[in-house]
Amino acid sequence: MARKTIKVNYLSRVEGEGSLKVVVRDGIVRSAELGIFEPPRFFEAFLRGRSFAEAPDITSRICGICPVAYQMSAVHAMENALGVSIDGPRRDLRRLLYCGEWIESHALHIYMLHAPDFLGFNGAIDMAREHGDIVRRGLGLKKAGNEIMSLLGGREIHPINVRVGGFYKVPRRRELATLAESLKAARDAAIETVRWVAGFEFPDRERDYVFVALSHPDEYALNEGRIVSNRGLDIPASQYEEHFEESHVARSTALQARLKDGRSYLVGPLARYALNFDRLSPLAREMARDAGLGPVCRNPFRSIVVRAVEVVYACDEALRIIEGYEEPAHAAVPAEGRAGTGYGATEAPRGLLYHRYRLDADGSIAEARIVPPTSQNQASIEEDLAGFVQDSLDLPDEALQHRCEQTVRNYDPCISCATHFLRLEMDRA
Amino acid sequence: MPTRSKKPRLAVWKFASCDGCQLTLLDCEDELLAVAGAIDIAYFPEATRGKIEGRYDLSLVEGSITTPHDAERIREVRRRSATLVTIGACATAGGIQALRNFADVKEYASVVYARPDYIDTLATSTAIADHVAVDFELRGCPISKKQLLEVIAAYLAGRRPQAPAHSVCVECKHKGNVCVMVAHKTPCLGPVTHAGCNALCPSYGRGCYGCYGPMESPNAVSLSQWLKPLGLDERDLQRLYRTFNANAPAFRKESERHGP
Repeated sequence: MARKTIKVNYLSRVEGEGSLKVVVRDGIVRSAELGIFEPPRFFEAFLRGRSFAEAPDITSRICGICPVAYQMSAVHAMENALGVSIDGPRRDLRRLLYCGEWIESHALHIYMLHAPDFLGFNGAIDMAREHGDIVRRGLGLKKAGNEIMSLLGGREIHPINVRVGGFYKVPRRRELATLAESLKAARDAAIETVRWVAGFEFPDRERDYVFVALSHPDEYALNEGRIVSNRGLDIPASQYEEHFEESHVARSTALQARLKDGRSYLVGPLARYALNFDRLSPLAREMARDAGLGPVCRNPFRSIVVRAVEVVYACDEALRIIEGYEEPAHAAVPAEGRAGTGYGATEAPRGLLYHRYRLDADGSIAEARIVPPTSQNQASIEEDLAGFVQDSLDLPDEALQHRCEQTVRNYDPCISCATHFLRLEMDRA
Repeated sequence: MPTRSKKPRLAVWKFASCDGCQLTLLDCEDELLAVAGAIDIAYFPEATRGKIEGRYDLSLVEGSITTPHDAERIREVRRRSATLVTIGACATAGGIQALRNFADVKEYASVVYARPDYIDTLATSTAIADHVAVDFELRGCPISKKQLLEVIAAYLAGRRPQAPAHSVCVECKHKGNVCVMVAHKTPCLGPVTHAGCNALCPSYGRGCYGCYGPMESPNAVSLSQWLKPLGLDERDLQRLYRTFNANAPAFRKESERHGP
């Protein structure tokens, strides 16, 4: 085999548009490229001149799959710039909203985008013909997450209730309580989900990743914490750009984030889990052990199990917040525009999402910087692809192609998130 | 029981967008399997592996046209589609990315990318209807789940979808909301904004920010007169009309009357 090119021109079941290309010459993988032909939308350019108060609504439009993540990183960065801090019930409600997005987004990925790979279906709708009850369980789980977003955020996609300083309107205690029943059912469904996905067949592949995630001493970090790694990194969000950098690679015409020393790193469920395992709820830890996961999981194919464990946690945490909720006197604390720079990093379902804003004296945005999780994972995805293909060259083309797609889907890449991801210059050798 | 091939074939296409409007279909958790029972979801890359082949009875198109390649691709989609429905503010008005239409896209590229010369993009972001004939436009950023199901149901029944073009104000009145502008002096685009969200923002004590775009016959000039006494300056007014439907003619025109 002198030459072999595997191309998947339109990668299905990832949000957004991407392609992948692996070139093999004389039995050696020469390149593995994840291509994104998502047209650039220039958010960081047109955010300039907008009011600080508009950032959560505008940046949520970067991604319809994880709008809450953009809203959360934006409000935290703005509050950092304006010297505002949020605590008590308003902080809990933000965490609850984020739990809703995690449940919705993870259930979508597990049931509709990822599981079909393991079971040999083209998608969840095909899968429903043979496994109707399972798909319905997944849809029910997804719906429970969406119900949180809908009640607390106003709607599931691009919620309208988040503002710098808090919310426009906070729910009554009895309104929140209506979510508890469906969340308890969802937690049961999440437990069954862990058991179900733990029974899939996983390729035996591990990599020694540099894991990067937020970490908080008292909780499984969502909104707040320091950025840590399994190599000793421990920094506040304000130092992110001192340790990581995005480069515009000519080969792929895409921005890729790497550590300053050039190494790739991994954000998302595997990283969060490895760095914060002991802060999961007892039930989530127990489910992880039952599923055969240790406190660290380095097999990207098993990320589906870790996602399922995180869904158990998010249901648990949502129920805890609803149980303890006391209505705050005001929906928001005042936030006035002033000059300054603010940093925010939160845990989107797909991993760390970094925002930085510099504000003018009237509170208008002078400069914006956004680094989404998928651009941080891109280098890792490509390395996974290269390694996987190198070890699997004896597979027939079609099987290999399918496994390559699956390798990419392990990361749940939210390609439309990554405004920096561009059309790939295809090397059609 | 009709055979699978007799069912109408549905395709979901994506142009420049956030994926939220096509996600709306997957968010129909209670209805999705019934929809899949009535219509053959033949091409929907976000949800399923499948190839572009043949013709489609109903195409849902998300996203705006921002690259030369996409300007070609939408023509191909039109050729393959018996009925073409655009979904969401990007597809119906150019979306938030149409803010480039008021700026220099080269300057934008140089702000975001180290090598702007790699970027192949058009100077404008435009609605699908600016490029090909569109059979129905569904508004919203994002679209409403209920209205999407209405579009599909109407298609299956061979009738026109019911999606009133009156203002958000009418929805507030139907809901019995207290007017946020009258009662709380909160600036609100409800009087000029297309219905469909069921007056969501005012129901949360917040002014409408126009994510469904202009209503059928908006009087934005008059609304701006009412907004000024609420403390909005010229720059605020321009920002208010220039968000997710900035390039919709009525909002564009009104935004051009204001500015810093």
